[in-house]
Amino acid sequence: MSDATPFVTVIGLEVHVQLLTRTKLFCGCSTKFGAAPNTQVCPTCLGLPGSLPVMNRRAFELAVRAALALDCTIAPFTKWDRKNYFYPDLPKGYQISQFDLPFSSDGHLEVVDPKGAFAPRNVGIIRVHLEEDAGKSMHDEAAGTGDSRIDLNRAGTPLCEIVTQPDLRSPQEARAWLNELKLLLVYLGVSDCNMQEGSLRVDANVNLHIPQPDGRIAKTPIVEIKNMNSFRSVERALTYEAARQWEEWRETKAEMGKTPKQTRGWDDPAGVTRAQRHKEESSDYRYFPEPDLVPVTVSEQDVAAARAAMGTPPTELRRALETTWKISAYDADVLVNQGRDLVDYFEEVATKVGEGKVASNWLQQDVLRILKETGGSIADFRVRPAVLADLIGRVTRGDFDTSRGREILAQMVADGRPLDEVVAGMGIAAVSDDDVVSLCRELLADNPKIVADVKGGKEQAAAGLIGQAKKKNPNVNPGKVRAICLDLIRAMP
Amino acid sequence: MQPLELSAVDLVAALRQGDVTAVQCATAFLDRIEATNPAINAFLHVDREAALSRAADIDARRRAGKPVGPLAGLPVALKDVLCTADMPTTCASKMLAGYRPPYDADVVARLRRADAVFVGKTNMDEFAMGGSNENSAFGPVHNPWDHSRAPGGSSGGSAACVAADMAPVAIGSDTGGSIRQPAGLCGITGLKPTYGRVSRRGLIAFASSLDQIGPMARSAADCALVMETIAGHDPGDSTSLTTEVPRYTDLLDKPLTGVRIGRVPEHFAAGLDPEVAKGVEEAFAVLKAAGATVHDVRLPHAKYGIPTYYLIAPCEASSNLARYDGAHYGRRETALAGGHRETALAARAAGAAAGFESPLVEMYCRSRAEGFGPEVKRRIMLGTYALSAGYYDAYYAKALRVRRLIRQDYLDAFQTVDLIGGPVSATPAFKLGEKTDDPLAMYLVDLYTVGTNLAGVGGISFPCGFTKSGLPIGFQLQAPPLAEPLLLQAADRFQRLTDWHRRRPKAAGEGRA
Repeated sequence: MSDATPFVTVIGLEVHVQLLTRTKLFCGCSTKFGAAPNTQVCPTCLGLPGSLPVMNRRAFELAVRAALALDCTIAPFTKWDRKNYFYPDLPKGYQISQFDLPFSSDGHLEVVDPKGAFAPRNVGIIRVHLEEDAGKSMHDEAAGTGDSRIDLNRAGTPLCEIVTQPDLRSPQEARAWLNELKLLLVYLGVSDCNMQEGSLRVDANVNLHIPQPDGRIAKTPIVEIKNMNSFRSVERALTYEAARQWEEWRETKAEMGKTPKQTRGWDDPAGVTRAQRHKEESSDYRYFPEPDLVPVTVSEQDVAAARAAMGTPPTELRRALETTWKISAYDADVLVNQGRDLVDYFEEVATKVGEGKVASNWLQQDVLRILKETGGSIADFRVRPAVLADLIGRVTRGDFDTSRGREILAQMVADGRPLDEVVAGMGIAAVSDDDVVSLCRELLADNPKIVADVKGGKEQAAAGLIGQAKKKNPNVNPGKVRAICLDLIRAMP
Repeated sequence: MQPLELSAVDLVAALRQGDVTAVQCATAFLDRIEATNPAINAFLHVDREAALSRAADIDARRRAGKPVGPLAGLPVALKDVLCTADMPTTCASKMLAGYRPPYDADVVARLRRADAVFVGKTNMDEFAMGGSNENSAFGPVHNPWDHSRAPGGSSGGSAACVAADMAPVAIGSDTGGSIRQPAGLCGITGLKPTYGRVSRRGLIAFASSLDQIGPMARSAADCALVMETIAGHDPGDSTSLTTEVPRYTDLLDKPLTGVRIGRVPEHFAAGLDPEVAKGVEEAFAVLKAAGATVHDVRLPHAKYGIPTYYLIAPCEASSNLARYDGAHYGRRETALAGGHRETALAARAAGAAAGFESPLVEMYCRSRAEGFGPEVKRRIMLGTYALSAGYYDAYYAKALRVRRLIRQDYLDAFQTVDLIGGPVSATPAFKLGEKTDDPLAMYLVDLYTVGTNLAGVGGISFPCGFTKSGLPIGFQLQAPPLAEPLLLQAADRFQRLTDWHRRRPKAAGEGRA
């Protein structure tokens, strides 16, 4: 409970992620997003009479990988169940899902804010199960005829449902946790977690715990929020809903358990949650074991194989970057949050440069800025790690200064030419020490006042020389110019 | 050469030797269908042109010395529960009237590859739910032995068409006895294989954990021949078995010496028609004479077979039939037909006034109310109720437990015997209309057959005599999982020693002995 609010917001999440399989969960149709409606379908995903499902092993492997990364226990025996309900985008009239024996349960995922916006939060995972997605309904309310159009391309896409314990304590935490979950799943190669394309969907359960004067904790009725299409809207919806429940509590003093769980939809443009019709919540799904599929047994070897395919998850990677490259937790967080490709890029640069901090600075201050401006990804970034390392090395050696280095980087990004060519093209031929010395002698001759000031003990006056040096020869290293000028002045009689 | 008189085995041989062409053969059966079907109503769809052109193609290939399949030219009738890409597939339901699947069932594809010639789709109880064929939306099938009687069901059309010589072989499906019971009532041979032996892909599901496809023919040998084509693993059916398919026809001609056949005393309790009891006892005597020994065995939970079956099957059916909602294919009844805004709004208002929650729900309700017959609705309601929250444990979960006990009974019994014999049905063919007002009486026609399905084992039914009034009496043998070779061998041995299976119904006969 924060000082500002007289209640604790208690949040649990239900996340659906589409798995990155080439084909659907129970048939061979493509899962590619964006095809013309109803072109990626077959008798099985259309639910035609007589069609049968056959499990996609790959989907199961990916799901096990995700569950292991969430530290879940993998069941040695799991089965499929039918969840029965009528809807036009559910062509069989039932969804093949998992009811009482999910393939995994009892895990957790921690979220840490490196800037300490909230205390580290370890969120329990109740279960992760696998199921098939439904199709998509497009309602044409405007036409007034009530026509709806159904696209079954999505029907049968493998979905992992991840259900958390009600362990989150603020909308901000919920958003951060979702970011962490997404990052993990993307690292694992399990899902692309693209919310725009619907490959990650979130429902949230929320209520308030309100301490009473008598020491009792009053709990407001749990509300499930649906229709949130970004992590930002999850945070906004939860913030709105907590405030709404507080107002409602103040008016009604209604507590949990007296009414059935309410479902509310998030209206993003209006910024409010709205109650959904009562009918939709009281469904009885009449679950029973799916007779068309055989139960799945998962051996220790299967689990070991999934673990081997897991790679390094973000939390471990952050720690590894901190210790190997001596960078701060914050820097490690920024780099890791950009994804595996950027981390690989960083490690290659850091290895070649032989130092982590400088590589991290270049990535954060320059590479990420450029990527943000151009909207590109690190995988397509023109300047490969070896070249960036070369550039950083030259700056460190003093061939040119950092700002010159930045210009060179920008130029390489712009026209894709090799480093040496860009350097030559910009006239940044390395300046010989003799040239620098003669340049400095000229400067000293032209600036008796500065010479006098320095002699009088004001070394900072030498800065005035550097600007002039750069004008005469833009390629000179300012540090070098300064050092040589000072040496020359000291050597003066 | 009269194709109608030959067994499937002999017919295939005659076709191979060129004694008869596929076209001659198809023509003979198609003519027979044309003459006989109006009285029997065994077929819902006959495609003479396609069958003849297919037969002509097979003849041409054979003449050209090109390879042909093992059943080349053999006419086969398909129960209308099997998806066929080139013929309508209706499950004898208004719901699917005119429906054409975009694909062939696995069995259909196998038969096609074997160069069988499909003569048509046979009538059945709607969605395979029933034991008399009276639940067809397209009229009942008449038993060829007595047109006023039911052929049994649900594969009544398949049984009747073989009994009336309209096809040498038909494919049926058996969920609680739907191959064996009509085979028994029509005097033919029908095999319900072990669950998983024949792929269910393309079989329109009634109760997925019980459904199994099998052959119906004049003899066990003919069934063995067809099994060699239709049995086998299908990667498209997760429940299909990977065990290699034996050459059933090669395993037939073995003596029954030492084969132990179980006899369940409870099968001969009250309710069994005395003439049927007599026929069945005589069949045991024939098997004994052939070298088998007969032993009493117990199936202690058999008495729970019917209630268990009538929970599991409707539960699965209620879910399997949910897809018939008017949304994607099949029958749609909606007040919203037509696109004008005013009409639509008026219809929506009317629907709301009639108590429908939404136009969508109205479409579901009307489509299903109009599309399904009463028995299908009854079972959907039974299943929906039994699966509902609060009832699941008392009904479905308990039924699953009893089912395991029933299976264990069989496995235990098969420790001491190799086969279990007995009646197929308690009575010979009953009158059309006799049981239609009494669903419970109708459910009891499956009394001796449901156990096989619940246990997932195999069973065969074949004629073992006739009543004084000339109705066939069926005998059933059940076997352990995958013991089809023994089932077929025993039935074939019986048929080498008897001629019940050679008798043809006079009512349907035309110049036949």
